[in-house]
Amino acid sequence: MEAAFYIAGAVAVISTVFTITRLNAVHALLYLAVSLLSVAVAFYTMGAPLVAALEVIIYAGAIMVLFVFVVMMLNLGRRAVESERRLMQGKIWVGPSVLSALLIVEVAYLIARTGLPGMPAGAGSGVLDPKQVGIALYGPYLIGVELASMLLLGALVGACHLGRPVSEKAEVRYDRNSDGSRARSGGNFVRAGVGRSTDAP
Amino acid sequence: MRRNLIFILMSVEIMLNGAGVAFVAAGSRWGQPDGQIMFLFILAMAAAEVAIGLALVLRLHHQHHNLDADAISDMRG
Repeated sequence: MEAAFYIAGAVAVISTVFTITRLNAVHALLYLAVSLLSVAVAFYTMGAPLVAALEVIIYAGAIMVLFVFVVMMLNLGRRAVESERRLMQGKIWVGPSVLSALLIVEVAYLIARTGLPGMPAGAGSGVLDPKQVGIALYGPYLIGVELASMLLLGALVGACHLGRPVSEKAEVRYDRNSDGSRARSGGNFVRAGVGRSTDAP
Repeated sequence: MRRNLIFILMSVEIMLNGAGVAFVAAGSRWGQPDGQIMFLFILAMAAAEVAIGLALVLRLHHQHHNLDADAISDMRG
Protein backbone atom coordinates (compact mmCIF):
# COMPACT_ATOMS: atom_id res chain seq x y z
CA MET A 1 0.00 0.00 0.00
CA GLU A 2 2.89 2.33 0.75
CA ALA A 3 4.53 1.68 -2.60
CA ALA A 4 1.22 2.20 -4.40
CA PHE A 5 0.79 5.56 -2.71
CA TYR A 6 4.29 6.68 -3.62
CA ILE A 7 3.89 5.59 -7.24
CA ALA A 8 0.60 7.45 -7.53
CA GLY A 9 2.15 10.53 -5.94
CA ALA A 10 5.09 10.44 -8.32
CA VAL A 11 2.75 10.16 -11.31
CA ALA A 12 0.74 13.09 -9.95
CA VAL A 13 3.82 15.30 -9.55
CA ILE A 14 5.21 14.41 -12.98
CA SER A 15 1.93 14.97 -14.79
CA THR A 16 1.31 18.24 -12.96
CA VAL A 17 4.74 19.54 -13.94
CA PHE A 18 3.99 18.61 -17.54
CA THR A 19 0.61 20.34 -17.22
CA ILE A 20 2.03 23.70 -16.33
CA THR A 21 4.87 23.56 -18.83
CA ARG A 22 2.98 22.62 -21.98
CA LEU A 23 2.31 25.41 -24.44
CA ASN A 24 -0.70 23.85 -26.15
CA ALA A 25 -3.86 23.87 -24.08
CA VAL A 26 -5.02 20.45 -25.28
CA HIS A 27 -1.75 18.79 -24.26
CA ALA A 28 -1.96 20.48 -20.88
CA LEU A 29 -5.52 19.21 -20.47
CA LEU A 30 -4.43 15.65 -21.21
CA TYR A 31 -1.77 15.84 -18.53
CA LEU A 32 -4.18 17.53 -16.12
CA ALA A 33 -6.64 14.66 -16.51
CA VAL A 34 -3.85 12.19 -15.74
CA SER A 35 -2.88 14.28 -12.74
CA LEU A 36 -6.40 14.23 -11.34
CA LEU A 37 -6.72 10.47 -11.86
CA SER A 38 -3.43 9.84 -10.09
CA VAL A 39 -4.53 12.02 -7.18
CA ALA A 40 -7.68 9.89 -7.03
CA VAL A 41 -5.56 6.73 -6.81
CA ALA A 42 -3.51 8.38 -4.07
CA PHE A 43 -6.74 9.14 -2.16
CA TYR A 44 -7.75 5.51 -2.48
CA THR A 45 -4.48 4.30 -1.07
CA MET A 46 -4.71 6.86 1.72
CA GLY A 47 -7.96 5.25 2.85
CA ALA A 48 -10.50 7.71 1.47
CA PRO A 49 -12.52 5.79 -1.13
CA LEU A 50 -15.48 8.20 -1.25
CA VAL A 51 -13.24 11.14 -2.02
CA ALA A 52 -11.38 9.10 -4.63
CA ALA A 53 -14.63 8.30 -6.42
CA LEU A 54 -15.76 11.93 -6.26
CA GLU A 55 -12.42 13.09 -7.60
CA VAL A 56 -12.82 10.85 -10.63
CA ILE A 57 -16.48 11.72 -11.18
CA ILE A 58 -16.43 15.47 -10.60
CA TYR A 59 -12.89 16.65 -11.26
CA ALA A 60 -11.81 14.27 -13.99
CA GLY A 61 -15.32 13.98 -15.35
CA ALA A 62 -17.28 17.20 -15.12
CA ILE A 63 -14.62 19.87 -14.80
CA MET A 64 -12.41 18.31 -17.45
CA VAL A 65 -15.39 18.15 -19.80
CA LEU A 66 -16.01 21.86 -19.21
CA PHE A 67 -12.39 22.70 -20.00
CA VAL A 68 -12.33 20.52 -23.10
CA PHE A 69 -15.57 22.06 -24.36
CA VAL A 70 -14.27 25.59 -23.93
CA VAL A 71 -10.92 24.83 -25.53
CA MET A 72 -12.61 23.17 -28.47
CA MET A 73 -15.13 25.99 -28.82
CA LEU A 74 -12.47 28.68 -28.90
CA ASN A 75 -10.74 27.45 -32.04
CA LEU A 76 -13.60 26.79 -34.37
CA GLY A 77 -13.49 26.80 -38.13
CA ARG A 78 -10.83 25.89 -40.62
CA ARG A 79 -7.97 26.36 -38.20
CA ALA A 80 -9.43 23.66 -35.96
CA VAL A 81 -9.17 21.00 -38.64
CA GLU A 82 -5.49 21.67 -39.16
CA SER A 83 -4.86 21.72 -35.45
CA GLU A 84 -6.74 18.44 -35.05
CA ARG A 85 -4.58 16.87 -37.72
CA ARG A 86 -1.47 18.21 -36.07
CA LEU A 87 -2.64 16.91 -32.71
CA MET A 88 -3.32 13.43 -33.98
CA GLN A 89 -0.09 12.79 -35.85
CA GLY A 90 2.33 13.81 -33.15
CA LYS A 91 3.71 11.75 -30.34
CA ILE A 92 1.75 13.74 -27.79
CA TRP A 93 -0.34 10.85 -26.59
CA VAL A 94 2.67 8.80 -25.51
CA GLY A 95 3.37 10.62 -22.24
CA PRO A 96 -0.18 10.62 -20.83
CA SER A 97 -0.70 7.06 -22.05
CA VAL A 98 2.39 5.79 -20.24
CA LEU A 99 1.37 7.53 -17.02
CA SER A 100 -2.22 6.30 -17.30
CA ALA A 101 -1.02 2.74 -17.99
CA LEU A 102 1.05 2.93 -14.82
CA LEU A 103 -2.03 4.03 -12.91
CA ILE A 104 -4.28 1.33 -14.31
CA VAL A 105 -1.70 -1.36 -13.52
CA GLU A 106 -1.59 -0.03 -9.99
CA VAL A 107 -5.39 0.00 -9.62
CA ALA A 108 -5.60 -3.53 -11.03
CA TYR A 109 -3.01 -4.66 -8.51
CA LEU A 110 -4.91 -3.05 -5.64
CA ILE A 111 -8.21 -4.60 -6.71
CA ALA A 112 -6.63 -8.01 -7.19
CA ARG A 113 -5.11 -7.81 -3.75
CA THR A 114 -8.15 -6.72 -1.77
CA GLY A 115 -11.05 -8.11 -3.78
CA LEU A 116 -13.44 -6.08 -5.84
CA PRO A 117 -16.16 -4.75 -3.55
CA GLY A 118 -13.91 -4.17 -0.58
CA MET A 119 -12.28 -1.14 0.82
CA PRO A 120 -8.50 -0.90 0.68
CA ALA A 121 -7.51 -3.39 3.35
CA GLY A 122 -4.69 -1.43 4.79
CA ALA A 123 -3.87 -3.84 7.60
CA GLY A 124 -5.63 -1.98 10.35
CA SER A 125 -4.94 1.46 8.88
CA GLY A 126 -7.81 3.84 9.33
CA VAL A 127 -10.03 3.56 6.30
CA LEU A 128 -12.74 6.18 6.49
CA ASP A 129 -15.68 4.65 4.70
CA PRO A 130 -18.46 6.77 3.21
CA LYS A 131 -20.76 6.09 6.14
CA GLN A 132 -18.61 8.00 8.61
CA VAL A 133 -18.15 10.84 6.15
CA GLY A 134 -21.89 11.04 5.53
CA ILE A 135 -22.73 11.03 9.23
CA ALA A 136 -20.26 13.83 9.89
CA LEU A 137 -21.35 15.73 6.78
CA TYR A 138 -25.01 15.86 7.78
CA GLY A 139 -24.28 16.23 11.47
CA PRO A 140 -22.01 19.06 12.53
CA TYR A 141 -21.35 20.28 8.98
CA LEU A 142 -24.97 20.79 7.94
CA ILE A 143 -24.58 24.54 7.68
CA GLY A 144 -21.63 24.02 5.38
CA VAL A 145 -23.72 21.83 3.11
CA GLU A 146 -26.38 24.52 2.92
CA LEU A 147 -23.76 27.16 2.15
CA ALA A 148 -22.30 24.96 -0.59
CA SER A 149 -25.74 24.56 -2.12
CA MET A 150 -26.23 28.32 -2.09
CA LEU A 151 -22.82 28.73 -3.73
CA LEU A 152 -23.70 26.26 -6.46
CA LEU A 153 -27.02 28.01 -7.04
CA GLY A 154 -25.21 31.30 -7.40
CA ALA A 155 -22.77 29.74 -9.84
CA LEU A 156 -25.67 28.35 -11.84
CA VAL A 157 -27.39 31.71 -12.10
CA GLY A 158 -24.12 33.46 -12.92
CA ALA A 159 -23.19 31.00 -15.63
CA CYS A 160 -26.66 31.30 -17.17
CA HIS A 161 -26.35 35.08 -17.13
CA LEU A 162 -22.87 35.15 -18.62
CA GLY A 163 -23.47 32.42 -21.15
CA ARG A 164 -26.59 33.77 -22.78
CA PRO A 165 -26.25 34.43 -26.51
CA VAL A 166 -25.11 37.89 -27.52
CA SER A 167 -26.00 39.23 -30.93
CA GLU A 168 -25.66 42.51 -32.73
CA LYS A 169 -29.17 43.39 -31.65
CA ALA A 170 -27.99 43.31 -28.10
CA GLU A 171 -26.11 46.52 -28.67
CA VAL A 172 -29.43 48.35 -28.93
CA ARG A 173 -30.36 50.08 -25.75
CA TYR A 174 -32.56 48.40 -23.26
CA ASP A 175 -35.40 50.89 -23.11
CA ARG A 176 -36.16 50.68 -26.82
CA ASN A 177 -35.76 46.97 -27.28
CA SER A 178 -37.01 45.22 -24.23
CA ASP A 179 -40.71 45.28 -24.96
CA GLY A 180 -40.21 44.38 -28.60
CA SER A 181 -38.01 41.41 -27.90
CA ARG A 182 -40.33 40.20 -25.22
CA ALA A 183 -43.28 40.49 -27.56
CA ARG A 184 -41.41 38.81 -30.42
CA SER A 185 -40.57 35.84 -28.28
CA GLY A 186 -44.25 35.05 -28.15
CA GLY A 187 -44.50 34.05 -24.55
CA ASN A 188 -41.45 31.82 -24.75
CA PHE A 189 -39.90 32.60 -21.42
CA VAL A 190 -36.62 30.93 -22.22
CA ARG A 191 -35.98 33.21 -25.16
CA ALA A 192 -37.75 36.21 -23.69
CA GLY A 193 -35.57 39.24 -23.30
CA VAL A 194 -32.66 37.76 -25.20
CA GLY A 195 -32.11 40.86 -27.26
CA ARG A 196 -31.96 42.99 -24.18
CA SER A 197 -28.78 44.91 -23.54
CA THR A 198 -27.33 45.15 -20.08
CA ASP A 199 -24.90 48.03 -20.44
CA ALA A 200 -25.47 50.33 -17.55
CA PRO A 201 -25.80 54.03 -18.24
CA MET B 1 5.09 35.25 -17.69
CA ARG B 2 2.18 33.37 -19.21
CA ARG B 3 -1.11 35.19 -19.34
CA ASN B 4 -3.40 32.74 -21.08
CA LEU B 5 -6.66 32.64 -19.16
CA ILE B 6 -7.23 28.94 -19.80
CA PHE B 7 -3.89 28.14 -18.21
CA ILE B 8 -4.63 30.46 -15.31
CA LEU B 9 -7.86 28.58 -14.61
CA MET B 10 -6.12 25.22 -14.93
CA SER B 11 -3.45 26.31 -12.50
CA VAL B 12 -6.10 27.44 -10.04
CA GLU B 13 -7.62 23.98 -10.30
CA ILE B 14 -4.24 22.42 -9.58
CA MET B 15 -3.75 24.61 -6.52
CA LEU B 16 -7.22 23.80 -5.16
CA ASN B 17 -6.54 20.13 -5.76
CA GLY B 18 -3.29 20.41 -3.83
CA ALA B 19 -5.12 21.98 -0.91
CA GLY B 20 -7.61 19.13 -1.05
CA VAL B 21 -4.81 16.57 -0.97
CA ALA B 22 -3.42 18.25 2.13
CA PHE B 23 -6.83 18.14 3.83
CA VAL B 24 -7.47 14.49 3.00
CA ALA B 25 -3.96 13.46 4.03
CA ALA B 26 -4.33 15.23 7.37
CA GLY B 27 -7.75 13.68 7.93
CA SER B 28 -6.36 10.26 7.11
CA ARG B 29 -3.44 10.80 9.46
CA TRP B 30 -5.65 11.52 12.45
CA GLY B 31 -8.44 9.17 11.42
CA GLN B 32 -11.12 11.87 11.30
CA PRO B 33 -13.62 12.40 8.46
CA ASP B 34 -13.29 16.19 8.68
CA GLY B 35 -10.57 16.34 6.08
CA GLN B 36 -12.72 14.58 3.52
CA ILE B 37 -15.60 16.92 4.28
CA MET B 38 -13.39 19.91 3.69
CA PHE B 39 -12.37 18.33 0.41
CA LEU B 40 -16.03 18.05 -0.55
CA PHE B 41 -16.47 21.77 0.10
CA ILE B 42 -13.36 22.53 -1.93
CA LEU B 43 -14.80 20.39 -4.72
CA ALA B 44 -18.07 22.34 -4.76
CA MET B 45 -16.18 25.62 -4.72
CA ALA B 46 -13.92 24.52 -7.57
CA ALA B 47 -16.90 23.47 -9.67
CA ALA B 48 -18.61 26.83 -9.13
CA GLU B 49 -15.40 28.71 -9.83
CA VAL B 50 -14.64 26.90 -13.05
CA ALA B 51 -18.19 27.35 -14.34
CA ILE B 52 -18.11 31.10 -13.79
CA GLY B 53 -14.52 31.40 -14.98
CA LEU B 54 -15.09 29.57 -18.23
CA ALA B 55 -18.25 31.57 -18.91
CA LEU B 56 -16.19 34.72 -18.45
CA VAL B 57 -13.49 33.33 -20.75
CA LEU B 58 -16.08 32.68 -23.46
CA ARG B 59 -17.48 36.18 -23.10
CA LEU B 60 -14.00 37.70 -23.19
CA HIS B 61 -13.08 35.73 -26.29
CA HIS B 62 -16.27 36.91 -27.95
CA GLN B 63 -15.43 40.53 -27.29
CA HIS B 64 -11.64 40.74 -27.55
CA HIS B 65 -10.85 37.69 -29.73
CA ASN B 66 -7.93 36.62 -27.62
CA LEU B 67 -7.36 35.07 -24.22
CA ASP B 68 -4.74 37.43 -22.88
CA ALA B 69 -5.33 38.47 -19.30
CA ASP B 70 -3.85 41.88 -20.08
CA ALA B 71 -6.46 42.50 -22.76
CA ILE B 72 -9.09 43.31 -20.16
CA SER B 73 -6.99 45.98 -18.51
CA ASP B 74 -8.73 48.65 -20.56
CA MET B 75 -12.18 47.89 -19.23
CA ARG B 76 -14.01 50.85 -17.83
CA GLY B 77 -14.76 50.82 -14.18
